Amino acid sequence: METANSAMIMLSVAALLYLASCATYFLYLFFQKDSMQKTALWLICAGFLLHFTAIGIATYTMGALPVKNLQQTFFIASLALAGVFIVLQYRLNLKILGVLVSPLIVIMMAAAFLMPETVSANEPALKGFWLVAHIIMIFTGEAALAMACGTGILYLIQENAIKKKKRGFFYSRLPSLDLLDSTGYSCIASGFVMLTFGLITGFIYAKSIWGKFFSWDPKEIWSMVTWLVYAALLHGRLTSGWRGKRSAIMAIIGFTILIFTFLGVNFFIGGYHEVFTR
Amino acid sequence: MSEIILMGLNHKTAPVQLREALAFTEEEAFTALAEIKNLENIKETLIFSTCNRMEILFVSQECPPVDAVDSIKNFISEYKKISISQFDDSFYTYFGDDAVKHIFRVASSLDSMIVGEPQILGQVKKAFRTSVTGNSSGVILNRLMHKSFNIAKRVRRETGIGDHAVSISYAAIELANKIFSDLTTKSVMLLGAGEMAELAVEYLITNGVKNISIANRTFCNAVTLAEKFNGNPIKFEERQAMLEEVDIIISSTGATQCILNAAEVKKAMRHRKNRPLFFIDIAVPRDIDPDINKISNAYLYDIDDLNNIVNDNMEERHMEAVKGERLVEEAVVKFRRWLENLKLVPTIVDLKAKINSITEAETKKTLGHLKNLSEDDIAGIERMTRAIAGKLMHDPILFLKNIGDHRDHALYLSIARQLFNLNNINGHKADTDLH
Repeated sequence: METANSAMIMLSVAALLYLASCATYFLYLFFQKDSMQKTALWLICAGFLLHFTAIGIATYTMGALPVKNLQQTFFIASLALAGVFIVLQYRLNLKILGVLVSPLIVIMMAAAFLMPETVSANEPALKGFWLVAHIIMIFTGEAALAMACGTGILYLIQENAIKKKKRGFFYSRLPSLDLLDSTGYSCIASGFVMLTFGLITGFIYAKSIWGKFFSWDPKEIWSMVTWLVYAALLHGRLTSGWRGKRSAIMAIIGFTILIFTFLGVNFFIGGYHEVFTR
Repeated sequence: MSEIILMGLNHKTAPVQLREALAFTEEEAFTALAEIKNLENIKETLIFSTCNRMEILFVSQECPPVDAVDSIKNFISEYKKISISQFDDSFYTYFGDDAVKHIFRVASSLDSMIVGEPQILGQVKKAFRTSVTGNSSGVILNRLMHKSFNIAKRVRRETGIGDHAVSISYAAIELANKIFSDLTTKSVMLLGAGEMAELAVEYLITNGVKNISIANRTFCNAVTLAEKFNGNPIKFEERQAMLEEVDIIISSTGATQCILNAAEVKKAMRHRKNRPLFFIDIAVPRDIDPDINKISNAYLYDIDDLNNIVNDNMEERHMEAVKGERLVEEAVVKFRRWLENLKLVPTIVDLKAKINSITEAETKKTLGHLKNLSEDDIAGIERMTRAIAGKLMHDPILFLKNIGDHRDHALYLSIARQLFNLNNINGHKADTDLH
């Protein structure tokens, strides 16, 4: 109980750091001072470290990744988002991305805190290497795809400004179309790879527990749909040059389906994944 | 009392004929400065002459400032062989703070025809260099000009007066940078010729574009231009085929009908796998089919679109200029404070204060170690230290009080202040940048 409490305190502090980072990012959006963007990034990094430690402690005490209810799932998902964002931020020079990602992290953290903490039975099914790999890969993949959706939105805003010749608030604050497009593509490509491995490990895990790879569970079906959408997008880009606006719209549609797979299926349809999202 | 005075004319007060008649080339400025040095009313001088303005900034001797103004006007009249009445109405004259403020505004490009244009600072620096070489600049102008360079840089750094393009060609390049992330890997095709179009190509080259193709109805002209830009001349008929390879198209031909249409671009788009194309149409009448802008990943800007951008940016600069004015006001106040300290009384007060603070501190320190002294002994030691300090300072102060009329008071006072490092005790920055 002691460690659970300290984990919760750490999570709260991490949430506050994310909030501070989000506020700093908005200051950056308005005043365009590089120092603000740097501060915001440091705040997110600090939040991530605390967050990571808290989840680590929880995993250690429970003996398994804490994904037993929707609250825990949200904590993991926001951790993945922050982690993937930090990695991408260092790899790609897209300073404005934090303006979209940091509020998303804050919203997910807030949602997690507001959710009732349901106690679920300690199912033995929720352990093992394949499951851990499945969870980590699915969440990092989803985080990367969320970022692709974000850059897609930014792309559409900037494209509209240039096409319609109406340069508004965002025009000077957003980078070039090229950079937004290529960033979105990198996010989708890496997200897709993670998603693919996530699904494969999921199948292997299913085989080891239930004896079959695919059991026509709604979540499984929708995951495949999501995977196919992104596969189509990447295929289109590589073969017939689907880029720019079309690619941005596809990234947004793909992420909408992904959100549905992540939450909607549990709420509206059900299935054995439902257990984790009660 | 000597005074900083600035007089002259600029694009707002005088027509171009008059500005031409009064302009000084660098050599002229040099000889003129030498002659002005012989005028008895004038101490330090700087002549600043560009195509938009001619201004003389000077420090008068101990005389009514009006006399100094008249000597300069007479000098200009004689030197330029033009009667005073011909330019007097166009002349503005600023004294003291107003003169300081004016030169700060000029250097910061707040007074320019195109607010925020970056060349002016270089021109001011050049004028100052001429003045320094001719030995016409002294302690006051040195300080004033260095401060004007500082404020100009600060205004540029802290406001957005230089941020957005205010020329057609540059606006086009800014757009290109919002479409493409790395211009160095892009190639450009120039159709036709013309000043604005060629300027845009030059900007692209400075932005790193290496691959330039040039098409012209007269192939010979294309070859000439290609030599100028180190590009490849192509046949005018090749332009559609080139759409698959190039990324930026600048068009400025005399054609009366469109020379590129939407169908051609659509076809090229398929072949180039939708990599973006940016069309810049500077021609009137327009060269490029307006429908091209409807094709996805193709962007078309014509001369009106670019003009709108330039006008918006101009407005923005004028708004930013308000911030610049505030920074200038602040710098004027600081400069006035320095100038006031350059007078005799404040210098002597500061000098005495500094010596007193040193002697008091040292006496206190020493007496703290000597425990066995009587009250009388202490009083005696204190008297002695004060006497040493007073006697030491007597001659320098006497010298400052009798510098002599033929010498530059400001220079001696400035040296005295530096010698004793007096500019720090008032909480101001040291005058390290004086010379």
